[in-house]
Formats: sequence, structure tokens, C-alpha cells
Amino acid sequence: MTWLDDFQNTFYKCFIKDDRYMLMLDGIGVTIKVALLAAFMGIIIGFLIALCNLSRKKPLNLIGKVYTDVIRGTPSVTQLMIVYFVIFASVHWEKWIIAAIAFSINSGAYVSEIIRAGILSVDNGQTEAGRSLGLNAKQTMISIVIPQAMKNIFPALGNEFITLVKETAIVGYVGLVDIQKAGDFIKSATYEAFMPLIGTAVIYFVLIKLLTLGLAKVESGLRKSDVR
Amino acid sequence: MIDVKHLKKSFNDLEVLSDINETIDEGEVVVVIGPSGSGKSTFLRCLNLLETPDDGEVWVDGEQINVPGIDVNKVRQKMGMVFQHFNLFPHLTVMENITLAPVKLGKLTKEEAVKKGEELLATVGLSEKADAYPAQLSGGQKQRIAIARSLAMEPEIMLFDEPTSALDPEMVGDVLDVMKKLAKSGMTMVVVTHEMGFAKEVGTRILFMDGGLVMESGTPEQIFDDPQNERTKLFLSKVLK
Repeated sequence: MTWLDDFQNTFYKCFIKDDRYMLMLDGIGVTIKVALLAAFMGIIIGFLIALCNLSRKKPLNLIGKVYTDVIRGTPSVTQLMIVYFVIFASVHWEKWIIAAIAFSINSGAYVSEIIRAGILSVDNGQTEAGRSLGLNAKQTMISIVIPQAMKNIFPALGNEFITLVKETAIVGYVGLVDIQKAGDFIKSATYEAFMPLIGTAVIYFVLIKLLTLGLAKVESGLRKSDVR
Repeated sequence: MIDVKHLKKSFNDLEVLSDINETIDEGEVVVVIGPSGSGKSTFLRCLNLLETPDDGEVWVDGEQINVPGIDVNKVRQKMGMVFQHFNLFPHLTVMENITLAPVKLGKLTKEEAVKKGEELLATVGLSEKADAYPAQLSGGQKQRIAIARSLAMEPEIMLFDEPTSALDPEMVGDVLDVMKKLAKSGMTMVVVTHEMGFAKEVGTRILFMDGGLVMESGTPEQIFDDPQNERTKLFLSKVLK
């Protein structure tokens, strides 16, 4: 059983010795913090951009279109570094907050397209019914169209969130130690490649799995008005 | 109550309403009949500005409503509308469908609206469905809820856009019964329909539309028993067998 001993030794060296698991735990914390804040702000940005794109006002359309084009046309690492080293260069906020802002700007572009499609998917008769009752455009949007759109887009939004969690693996570029970077540090310190990298993958996988299960639960709650 | 003068409406190059002039008085039940594409629905939708007229005037309660600066939402609160495809809000329960507008618009408190909703559900015979979602209802039930939802705003006028056209035949009667009750209560109604029996029985006046014009207007007896216009005769000969 030498391979098992080997495995145990390497595992010990990589994760237990010198309290290296603390590094990994902190990394998990950073990943979760950045992803949560970025998702939250990304949805807000996505909403605003979607409304710009759906607006009848030409200047707003243009803002929405340029935003989506620029974000989709450039790599997220580049965006992260521009936000961190250029836009927020002289702002001394916590690193993770600035990183989350960068990711939310990126995610917002994708979320806006999801939301736009979701709003368009709601039958126009719903808007007409709301307006014919005397509700104004904003009230109709908020009470009638958006709740239905949210239900339709929830799976796509969940997917975007999952992508976002994995995207955050590049925060090492601006000096944050997330799961990926923690794995990297352990690799450098131990001269082991297999264990830290597979460990990193397993941690991401478990995190995403938990997230998927959580999203599925919320979605089934949202579907309660579909029962026949 | 409603005055329509020289109303015109086109969609792109298609002229749907050529020149409509009509006055609808309080308490009238005006039933609009005519072949498909004659402009009946568009006429109805111009009355609450779901369609914007290209030309002409629409007056409601002595106020012209198709002019800039008018509060369209206020006008619509006076005019309920029932759609062919019900358009109930699927994410809300029946009671929430009914109470949404009066509460949001500050017309009633939540408690008052629920009480009103219970009364209305009793009127349309669906008291037991208050907590159901629209997906759990049959077409006829949905349409009766849609009528209750409109009535919750206590409108002065009710517009019906082919309210029974999307229903299975056995559901039509229930919906028409509710509409008859409403007509008897003195509600001013404009009904676009293919239900000639209803038109005859409940209508106080029939408008026959064709080609974007009102070709003939009169009491049900005049229109059904003694039509003057050739096109009215032709249409009726096809629908009344």
C-alpha cells in the first residue's frame, strides 16, 4: 500500500503541515465574498443596462449597446486589471471589493442580455392588461412583467452565477488570494503539482455543486404558481 | 359618455379604421359585430388608447383623451377591459389578480380590496377560487376572473374584446351570464363579439362594422330582423343559419 502512504504524505504536506489548510480556507472565503458581491451588483447593473436596451430613447439604447459590446469584446482578465490598476488606482478600498466591482461590470453585460430576453418573453397581453387597469408603465413593469420575467430567466441567471464563481479564479492577477491562488501558493511552497491543483479543482467543484442544488431549490419555489 | 369623431387608424399601409363617428351613452350596451378584419377590435382598443388613433377625436366624460398632456392612466381607471385571451397575471393568485390594481393605485386599502374581491368572486360564482392560480382554472373561469378584476376598479365603462372567442363552447354560457348580469345592473358596455344570441338578447344597440366603417347601427330588432345595408344582410346571412 505504498501509493496510499504516498497520497497521505503528500496530502499532509500540502494541506496540513504549516497550517496550509488555513490558506485554502481563507481562499474559499475570498472566492465566495467576491462572487456574491459581484453577482449582486451584476444583477443591478444588468437590470439597468437591460432597461437601457429596451428603452425607446435612442441615447439610452446607445449606452446599453456600447456597454455590452465593450464588455463582451474584451477578456475579463484585462477588464479586471484595468479596473484595479487604472480606474481604482488611487482608491484605497479593500482589494476584494474592487475585484467584485470589476466582475460585476463584466457580469452585468451578460445579465442584461438575459434580463432583456426575459422581459421580451412576457406576453404583451400582460402589459396591456396592466395598463388597461390604469397602472402606469413603471408599475406594470415592476408588478407584472418583471416577476414573470424573473421566473423565466432564473435558470439562465443561475448559470451566469456559476460562470461568475469560476471566473473569479483570475483575481490572483491583482494580488488577491482566492482558492486558485491558494492552490498556487501551496504548489510553489511544496514543489507538488498534483495535490494542490486537484485539491483546488475539488473545492471549486463542491462549491459549484452546492450552489447548483441551492438554485434548484429556489427555482422549484418560484414555480409554485405553475401547478395545475 | 363616449364620443368618437372621425377616428382613423392605420397599421403601416393598412387602413383599419377609415372614419368612425359614434356616440355611446351611459347605460347603453353596444354590441359591435362584423367580419374579421373589419376593425372592431381596433375601434375598441382606441377607446382606452391601447391603440393610439392616427386622426380624429375620442372624448370620454366630456374630456378629449387622445391629446398630449392627458393622464391616460386616470382615464383607463374609468374603463375596464376584458380581453379575448383573458391576460390574467399567472404569477398571482386569483385574489391578488383582483386586488393588485385598486391597492397599487390607492383606490382601496388591502382589506377593502379583499372584501371587494370576495364580493366580486361571489358575483361571478367563483368564491372558492380565491387562492387558486390562473393555471389551475378553466378558460371560462379565467374569463370570469378577468371580468371581476376589471370590476374591482369600479369602472364606469366596460370594454369586451371578443371575450368568448377563445373559450370551449360549453364555457361560453357562464361568461355570457356574468355579462348579462352586468348589463342588467346598468353598466355601460361596449362588446365586440361573434355571439349573435347575446347581441340580440342583451344589446341595446348593435353596430355593424365592415372595412373600417360603421355600416349600420340600430336596435337588435332593426339590425337582425330588418337590416338595410347590403353588407349587413350578407354578413347576417352567413352567421345566422
